[in-house]
Amino acid sequence: MARANRPVSRRQAWWLLAGALAAFLPLTQQIPLWLALASSAAFAWRAALTWRQWHLPPKWLLVLLVIAGTVGVFLQYRSIIGRTPGIALLVVFLALKLLELRAARDAIVTALLCYFLVLGQFLFTQTIPTALLSSLTVLITTATMLAASDDRPPPLMQLRRAGLMLAQAMPFMLLLFVLFPRVQGPLWGLPQDRYTAVSGISDTMSPGSIAQLSQSDAIAFRVQFKGQVPPQSQLYWRGPVMPSFDGRTWSVRQTLGAYTEIPYAVSGASVDYELTLEPNGKFWVFSLEMPGNLPPDSVLTADYQPIARQLVRNRLRYTQRAWPETHAGLIESRAVLRDALVLPAGGNPRVRALADEWQRRHGDDSAAILATAQEFFNRQLLIYTLNPPLLGPDMIDEFLFDTRRGFCEHFAAAFVYVLRAAGVPARVVAGYQGGEVNPVDGYLVVRQYDAHAWTEVWIAGRGWVRIDPTAISAPSRINSNLAAAVPAGEALPFLVRTDLSWVRELRYRLDAVTNGWNQWVLGYNPQKQRDFLAGLGLGEPDWRSMTAALAVLCGLVLLGLTGWVLRKRMRVDPAVAAWRKFTRRLGAQGIVWHSWEGPLAFAERAAAKAPAHAQAIHEIAALYVRLRYAPGASPQDLLSLRQRIAEFRP
Amino acid sequence: MLATLRHRLRENFVRWAVRVRTPEPSPIVLTQRRVYVLPTLAGLSYGTALIVILLGAMNYNLSLGHALVFLLAGLGIVAILHTFRNMALMEISPGRCDPVFAGGTAQFALVMENRRPDPRTSLSIFVDADNPVEIDIGAQASTVALLPVPTRQRGWLQVPRITIETTWPLGLVRAWSYVVPDLACLVYPTPAAKAPPLPWSSDTARGISRDGRGADDFSGMRDHQAADSPRHIAWKSVARQHDGPLLTKLFSGATAQQVWLDWDALPEAMDVELRLSILARWMLDADAAGHAWGLRIPGTHLAPDNGTGQLTAGLRALALFTHGSR
Repeated sequence: MARANRPVSRRQAWWLLAGALAAFLPLTQQIPLWLALASSAAFAWRAALTWRQWHLPPKWLLVLLVIAGTVGVFLQYRSIIGRTPGIALLVVFLALKLLELRAARDAIVTALLCYFLVLGQFLFTQTIPTALLSSLTVLITTATMLAASDDRPPPLMQLRRAGLMLAQAMPFMLLLFVLFPRVQGPLWGLPQDRYTAVSGISDTMSPGSIAQLSQSDAIAFRVQFKGQVPPQSQLYWRGPVMPSFDGRTWSVRQTLGAYTEIPYAVSGASVDYELTLEPNGKFWVFSLEMPGNLPPDSVLTADYQPIARQLVRNRLRYTQRAWPETHAGLIESRAVLRDALVLPAGGNPRVRALADEWQRRHGDDSAAILATAQEFFNRQLLIYTLNPPLLGPDMIDEFLFDTRRGFCEHFAAAFVYVLRAAGVPARVVAGYQGGEVNPVDGYLVVRQYDAHAWTEVWIAGRGWVRIDPTAISAPSRINSNLAAAVPAGEALPFLVRTDLSWVRELRYRLDAVTNGWNQWVLGYNPQKQRDFLAGLGLGEPDWRSMTAALAVLCGLVLLGLTGWVLRKRMRVDPAVAAWRKFTRRLGAQGIVWHSWEGPLAFAERAAAKAPAHAQAIHEIAALYVRLRYAPGASPQDLLSLRQRIAEFRP
Repeated sequence: MLATLRHRLRENFVRWAVRVRTPEPSPIVLTQRRVYVLPTLAGLSYGTALIVILLGAMNYNLSLGHALVFLLAGLGIVAILHTFRNMALMEISPGRCDPVFAGGTAQFALVMENRRPDPRTSLSIFVDADNPVEIDIGAQASTVALLPVPTRQRGWLQVPRITIETTWPLGLVRAWSYVVPDLACLVYPTPAAKAPPLPWSSDTARGISRDGRGADDFSGMRDHQAADSPRHIAWKSVARQHDGPLLTKLFSGATAQQVWLDWDALPEAMDVELRLSILARWMLDADAAGHAWGLRIPGTHLAPDNGTGQLTAGLRALALFTHGSR
């Protein structure tokens, strides 16, 4: 106890400052600027206090500063609970705690605050670099705790010891990580600010909204197929289905029933895969068309779009079986079909006239109208480009007849518009098309620039048929990728470019590592844990068997470490070993050597008792003394000592 | 109430912990069975913080949060081992203890031996937790710890139960052990602050100069003391060695002063301890003045002599005096 009351030494103060900085610096991005500056000032003050050995600031001043910091945080966030305000408050406490270090026991408080801040950092990012950086923070903080206990060793020694202790803690960490029974969070309600906005497909589509995503190489999801990866042209990842149109913007249905089971009959070949979805901040759970089962905790809308019951704010992983040849909606509700025909009154006279003419020609033969429309799109020689010209109020007319340049949303919107005008139910489907297989780990990676829009047309007797009008004008977009489809020279995200093959190679490797990290470290949830342990042959793992295995394995590690703790690595001097042999020989003759007896004194006594061997005894003792105590004894002496003793027969 | 309960529990634990024959034969080896480990207050806070971090990691589904808390939990376990290791298998043997006067502080020397090839760091050793002695022991080395213990009574003072503890390296856990080595300190009676003058017997006291020594034959020299007569300073020897100490010439002879320090010279009714402390004062005074003195107390008889040996023997007799030995 006395130790904990001891005042903090200069060295300890430096250590505490280092630990606090290691915890604080990675968070500077997440806290408001004023707080980052104020905390830096407090750290600088601490450094000056230590450097100049000034007195600590008075208690009332610290109390005032704590109040000021808390009020500042409250004013910033209008709250002091939740993720960001909580971390900001921890930073305030850490900075001010350093200014009131009185006893060595304050060191543990500081160290614990640092550990909390490391956790806080994980709320924002859990990437591999973050993990490495926070390992460094933990190392420094642990060294700080070592210094609080004993500040004499130099810094490098403290870091070495901290590293050694953490290395010894690693087996426990691995065992606990794998075997500690995981609980699916949240345990209680999450504060609203837990998540930050992410870019991705939205629930509306207007000209330019998908083209905007084409500049982002952020990953939307990764897919691992069981078996062959289907051809690129089959990889339509179904997202929001948008039947409503207001003349410019397409949007999803507000609410109209929801299926908890797949309502349509599946047919044809099936594809099995596991999809790891990055958080999208929406309800979207993307599935290969057409899904044969729903991801957990999700439903199917009236437009056959799987949606999650809760916003997708964490990485999700689900297995699905898709049936690419299935046409859903053979029997479709009237309400859905009616909605798939609605157009705003007026506008786009040229398209309407064209559609009227088709309708006159084919009557209600939807299939014939569809074929005509496809042929028309083909004939118009539309150009697929990332930089379409701006369109006026009659945008469909302008696109089809004047500018003829557009991105996939233009194609899809125009196609649906034409069909609806001709009396054929049709709707826009947004999602992703294609993806890129990473040759390193075999995962198909779908990025934001794979975002796409296509259409579904309802034909009696066939149900909803997927028509991708982009494919008519730019088939390479579907068969290959974006880079192959857009005209040369258009700005493309770095990663989609086809030159720079070594960059691609490097990226594949990095991405495979990131994916492994996501799958095995970050995605190690209760489900993954069960699967993994079952794969190890742990039968049907439940918390009981996990705890038992955990206890046994931790016990084994502990046993190993205890063996190390209690080992007596006593390397006996060979001269001593030889001397012991000699004394044992004499002991057998009744001349017992006492451990407190000097070798020469013993030799004197032994020689007196066994005068026949007196000379040998004296010589051996003299040799032994020389080996043990005289400087510059040679290995030759050791050899002759051993030889003498071997020959000694009392 | 709680404090008494805690105290009693602690006493019971200590009695159980020190269940060996006391004092223990040396060397005392701190085997794993007698080293106890419990978390400190800091360790308890650490544990609580880990639980909070775990709940946070679960709530926010933070895999790295789990990793962090598991790493720190492992660190806690490793800290227990390191702290335990810092104590385990240390050997303690009794050293020596110089006699002191009652009321003074006995310095018990303990030889702490570390046979391990790694040092042992920040051990604190105490009888009374407020005055710990902090020591380190190098690899395969030994250190002598001097434990101060206040004395009150004359006689043999057996070293009290000694606690050895350490919280090194992280301060999260405390490992400790109790030892009762076979080590005792001889405590002399406190010399009386006020004592009657030395009991010169009537025949020797009268007519003799009170410089305290005979003046017939030169018998040797000793360090000069303030009470010595300047006439007996060995000026020649001082002149020989420039800055040597002043020496006093000693003389012996029939007229050398002898004083008997006699138990019976003190009033019968006087308290035993007071008598002993007066005798102790007389011994010190007589020794300081260089008189030869003899001691007569029930059960012990010391012929007149002077010097350190005589003083030690006399004080020892007083320290171990038992009334029943008359």
